[in-house]
Amino acid sequence: MAMLLEIRDLHIEALGEDGRWQEIVKGVSLELEPARVLGLIGESGAGKSTIGLAALGYARHGCRLARGSIRLEGEELFGATSEKLREIRGVRVCYVAQSAAAAFNPAHRLDDQVIEAAVQHGIMSPGEARAEARRLYAKLKLPDPATFGRRYPHQVSGGQLQRAMTVMAMVPRPDLIVFDEPTTALDVTTQIEVLAAIREAITDEGMAAIYITHDLALVAQMAHRIMVLRHGLEVEVGPTERILEAPREDYTRALVGVRRVQKPEKPRSGGAPLLEVRHVDAAYGAVPVLFDVSVCLEAGRTVAVVGESGSGKSTLARVITGLLPPRKGEVRLDGRPLPPSLKERAKDQLRRIQLVYQMPDVALNPRQKVEEIVGRVLTFYFGTNGAERRREVERLLEEVELPAGFADRYPAELSGGQKQRVCIARALAARPEVIICDEVTSALDVQVADAVLRLLLRLQEETGVAYLFITHDLATVKAIADDIVVMLEGRVVEQGPKSEILSPPHHPYTDLLLSSVPEMEVGWLDRVLRERAERKARGEAVMEAADR
Amino acid sequence: MRPRPSVLVGFAIIAVYVAAAVIGPLVSPYGEAEVVGDVWEPFSAAHPLGTDNLGRDMLSRLLWGASRTIGVALAATLLSFTIGMTLGYLAAVVGGWVDMVLSRAIDTLMAIPTLIFALVVLAVLPPSVVILILVIAVLDSTRVFRLARAVAMDVVVMDFVEVARLRGERLGWIVFREVLPNTLPPLIAEFGLRFCFAFLFLSSLSFLGLGIQPPAADWGGMVRDNANAISFGLPIPLIPAAAIAVLTIGVNLVVDWQLERSSTARRGA
Repeated sequence: MAMLLEIRDLHIEALGEDGRWQEIVKGVSLELEPARVLGLIGESGAGKSTIGLAALGYARHGCRLARGSIRLEGEELFGATSEKLREIRGVRVCYVAQSAAAAFNPAHRLDDQVIEAAVQHGIMSPGEARAEARRLYAKLKLPDPATFGRRYPHQVSGGQLQRAMTVMAMVPRPDLIVFDEPTTALDVTTQIEVLAAIREAITDEGMAAIYITHDLALVAQMAHRIMVLRHGLEVEVGPTERILEAPREDYTRALVGVRRVQKPEKPRSGGAPLLEVRHVDAAYGAVPVLFDVSVCLEAGRTVAVVGESGSGKSTLARVITGLLPPRKGEVRLDGRPLPPSLKERAKDQLRRIQLVYQMPDVALNPRQKVEEIVGRVLTFYFGTNGAERRREVERLLEEVELPAGFADRYPAELSGGQKQRVCIARALAARPEVIICDEVTSALDVQVADAVLRLLLRLQEETGVAYLFITHDLATVKAIADDIVVMLEGRVVEQGPKSEILSPPHHPYTDLLLSSVPEMEVGWLDRVLRERAERKARGEAVMEAADR
Repeated sequence: MRPRPSVLVGFAIIAVYVAAAVIGPLVSPYGEAEVVGDVWEPFSAAHPLGTDNLGRDMLSRLLWGASRTIGVALAATLLSFTIGMTLGYLAAVVGGWVDMVLSRAIDTLMAIPTLIFALVVLAVLPPSVVILILVIAVLDSTRVFRLARAVAMDVVVMDFVEVARLRGERLGWIVFREVLPNTLPPLIAEFGLRFCFAFLFLSSLSFLGLGIQPPAADWGGMVRDNANAISFGLPIPLIPAAAIAVLTIGVNLVVDWQLERSSTARRGA
């Protein structure tokens, strides 16, 4: 069978800070048959997006295609004239980006933007393109296909906008669509709907696709073949089943095997709770965010607060830390109520609750060395100074598995995972009883995140610290929680020990949430969709993302 | 990043001016207000830049003027940054009504045209260098406040500042240790620009007769004193005017480089 896309020995370079060109894709070859889906998977910096864009003969600003060959149905795109490339981009090869919100112009109706490429390139008349768009809106299960395009981008949800962007890519009837992390910015319950819609549409329309993601479980649902990339090089390539079931390379095995961190649930001690949130209502100005939220954390245990964006889980952390005094209710530490506002709390009360943030990049002062970052906590709370402080900082760094020499580094000289470890060391320096972990692993690559989770578990065993673990990621919850609190729109939907929450019968929302998490298994998406359809057919209550 | 030749030119210009300001009065051939010749004498060995409208040596007055003009402008700029940065950081870090009151007060001050405001104040108050510095500094500090508040706002929302707040740190620590070091690059560039502005503003005031008072030498005043010479085809008033222009250009060359450097550094981080 003739190949649709053939990339041979592609090298791509990026302009480094020192003004020199550095190779970021170091000789990758791939081929794609018509109407097939190739998954590109790798961690950040693997070069997967760069390769995806090269399929359009495009290199990002500050990058250049250095050498190699990119053939689309035998036609060479490498070094092609810009006229030639214009005939191909948006016509025969289309691109769907991660953030649909950033890709749509908020001042124009969806229809005008969706049909623009097809009309501009003279493929269709505006009327034909509109009709085609309506057909595709229906195909992607968008509401009211006949009038959907009359809306502006802000009038539709994130998941709908992402599907509208897919429609935009499909209207010109391209041979190939490049999907670059199309569901990464979406909530997990929305993601599954978008995935199903995209997959059905490209199969029915007979288009080929390159599907780029960092999530192997996701790509396994979408792709016929998978290519694993690392540091701009191919690790291995093969049919999806083979990659999942019999990975040949250690790196792939590690990717397939991640999230194998498991911790047995600790039995409840039955002792007095260490941290208690009692019937809290909270609001930002006039906007109410939390409604009668009660959460309880015992010493040495881990409570995971799970919910999607907008569920109020981060607001809960702000209430506990005193950044946002609640409207009603109270927070108790060791049985005594904490003053609602941070300013009224005593130094020791502040010390006992520490917070670790999602983005280690902005949680560390770029102008302070690690010694200052961690050491300040020691000076501030315990008056430790000089050589003693230095020794203590080094001990804490070793505790979080970093070399003692890192004390002399600035945050910019550390990787993402290392920065997060410094943040953990800073929290530990206060010798806290509770550490609130706000999405601490979601900005990290899977393997790095896994190592950080393992570290947190070990620290808990050694120091007996309790964690309030805020996350949208159920895999993380399964790995580390003792108790689970499920939140939806500012309310606690369900809470209890991990074993209870994770085994049926579930609250309908918990069920939706649990079943939406991609599993490392070929055919998972089909199975979930089938199960949901069957249960609906039986008349059981099945919640959908749109119901929320 | 290697600095471009233009940056070296900028630094060279600034170095010459600083030298003139510091040692100028010591090396000047004649006294500041000493009448040594005829009116508007041409360039000669005794008077390399000729003489002015009262027969004073131009070179000597230019050197004396350097220390006065640059000194006053620098003092005013330093003072304006002290006021503007303190209030700007306070507004950004404390926020709430403090920010509201300060911002509205500064807006009001900014709404008044600076030159007219300065002319009124200086006409009413007795002429003195201290008052001159104060007026320029207060007027200039409004711009510094705006910038300091804006850059501090960007940093205040960062998680590491929240960490410091959660730790229970006092305002001083948050401002000086967390916020200040992360906002310096744009403010350093602004310092150069503000200095140019203060320097030009001072020159304008002196030209109008409300700046540094005669017989003290000052470049703006020297332009005014000798302005009539232009009608006789003499280049005399262009000499102090050029001295003003060249310093402004030199500072701007360095500021451009500093701005570029800080923006690439931030992108790299």
